[in-house]
Amino acid sequence: MSINFSFRQQHGEFDLELDHAIPGDGITAVFGPSGSGKTSLLRLIAGLDTVPDGRISYGVQQWQDESVFLETRLRDVGYVFQEPSLFEHLSVHENLAYAVKRASNKRDSKTQSAVYISYEHAVKLTQIETLLERDSASLSGGEKQRVAIARALCASPRVLLMDEPLAALDRESKQRILALIPVLSRDLSMPIVYVSHALDEVARIADHLLLIRSGRVLGSGDAQTMLTELDYPLAQSADAESLVEAVVAEHDTAFNLTYLDSKIGRFSVAKQTLSIGENVRLMLAARDVSITKDRQSGTSILNIFAAQVDAVVDTNASQVTVKLMSNGVPLLARITKKSASSLGLVTGDSVFLQAKSVALL
Amino acid sequence: MLSTADLTALLLTLKLAAISTLILLILGTPVAWWLAKSRWRFKFVVEAAVALPLVLPPTVLGFYLLLVFSPAGSIGGAYTALFGQSLAFSFSGLVIGSVIYSMPFVIQPLQNAFSSIGQRPLEVAATLGASRWDTFISIVLPLAKPGFLSAGILGFAHTLGEFGVVMIIGGNIPGETQVASIAIYEHVESMQIAQAHWLAVTLLVISFVLLMLVYAVNRRSGSNVMRV
Repeated sequence: MSINFSFRQQHGEFDLELDHAIPGDGITAVFGPSGSGKTSLLRLIAGLDTVPDGRISYGVQQWQDESVFLETRLRDVGYVFQEPSLFEHLSVHENLAYAVKRASNKRDSKTQSAVYISYEHAVKLTQIETLLERDSASLSGGEKQRVAIARALCASPRVLLMDEPLAALDRESKQRILALIPVLSRDLSMPIVYVSHALDEVARIADHLLLIRSGRVLGSGDAQTMLTELDYPLAQSADAESLVEAVVAEHDTAFNLTYLDSKIGRFSVAKQTLSIGENVRLMLAARDVSITKDRQSGTSILNIFAAQVDAVVDTNASQVTVKLMSNGVPLLARITKKSASSLGLVTGDSVFLQAKSVALL
Repeated sequence: MLSTADLTALLLTLKLAAISTLILLILGTPVAWWLAKSRWRFKFVVEAAVALPLVLPPTVLGFYLLLVFSPAGSIGGAYTALFGQSLAFSFSGLVIGSVIYSMPFVIQPLQNAFSSIGQRPLEVAATLGASRWDTFISIVLPLAKPGFLSAGILGFAHTLGEFGVVMIIGGNIPGETQVASIAIYEHVESMQIAQAHWLAVTLLVISFVLLMLVYAVNRRSGSNVMRV
């Protein structure tokens, strides 16, 4: 069940014109620069803010149209705010119990969706077993945010909205929560709408991407495609990157390497503590990818794959971005104009791409 | 030592302060909530009206109340018709006067307490399925507890020290309108300095202890709810 929305508002310098749909599965990252209207969109979806003549529906549930405005408390959404907003007069357990007690309020009699996430399940998924008896004011930022996520789940929402939940956290807490979000989405089959302006977070967890700029939707689609689409600003940015889904194939104890199989071929990375068969996501920064016409033999680079040139576009005065396709997987390389010219790259050329470094997300 | 008459005056004062504070907490809470949350353009008019007793000479307040209370006035007339006695120079009249006189001391700490909670906890509660009333009871009241304590203590202490308003609308009827401050004035007027001392010291100690409580509460809650 997708979320369909249409919000338009002329509001001084800021025009809002958001008319789109968010898929009803997986993690949709709403990505855009600060002040582009990402948070506004999330608040409108939750009913925390409203614009006249807005429309929003979730599956068959009409949340807002000409005649209906469903209050926030009745919408089937969970909300995690940017700063951890625990009720500080309540303990961790009591914060969760607050949501459990009111979970049935959210149930719309027409849709009869049941309370389906138990207290224990929410606690387990967010790994807060040891925090339950603590005073909520005594927790660290990362702990508070995990409790806030658990609390949102305890209300048994059908959609989880997260507004830059990691913005205020240290690196370690960030990594821990980033690892947890895809698990939530999979385990509960819950669509998550994740607002962020941090490309690394988005690349790591997003299945779908909704690009927003200046109050408008630039485009949307699956994350792998959107990141490498040359028409969109991501592929042209200095941090442009490509995603590759891979499976852990084997560990090489002699060289201390782990081999990962993907659609484009086998990757070698420094040995990881992952089990064979595990799914991982690899990120190739465009600036770390180089292109050769022939397969290089005398090179230290391990990760070399065959690909076809899909498009070459200017990125700045001295560099071009090359979009490559390798067995259906889109990949980006950022090279100098001089190199592109001496290689004579044109669409359709068969080339080899060399990845100097690969990040495991 | 405190005489029986002094004790009666003291007890009457405490009773007046307790009843007035209770009424103010009940009536003042919705007003303070509205003041904290409303974005109405002319809210400042209401805020100024609430703060008026802070700066107005008590005699001015007393004077107008006396006019309103008089059996010839509409309110005073209706009261006299209903209860067969005048509002002026009665305990009920004093309660009304005290409620107005101490209003800012209760409403302003409550308003500050409600404002400092901010919008976020209310939004969180809404996303968790809580109605507005539920949110007020389960979130706002507990978070504003220090504000309520301060408001209650300040309202009570301020009513204890009331003099000018009582002087004009209450007069000096023992057991009905003779409060401690009036009794002290009486003692001084009739040169009973020792008697005046006893009552004065009692009021001083009570007031000091109450104010210490306010500051202790503020300190513990880490907030500054006493910005009157």
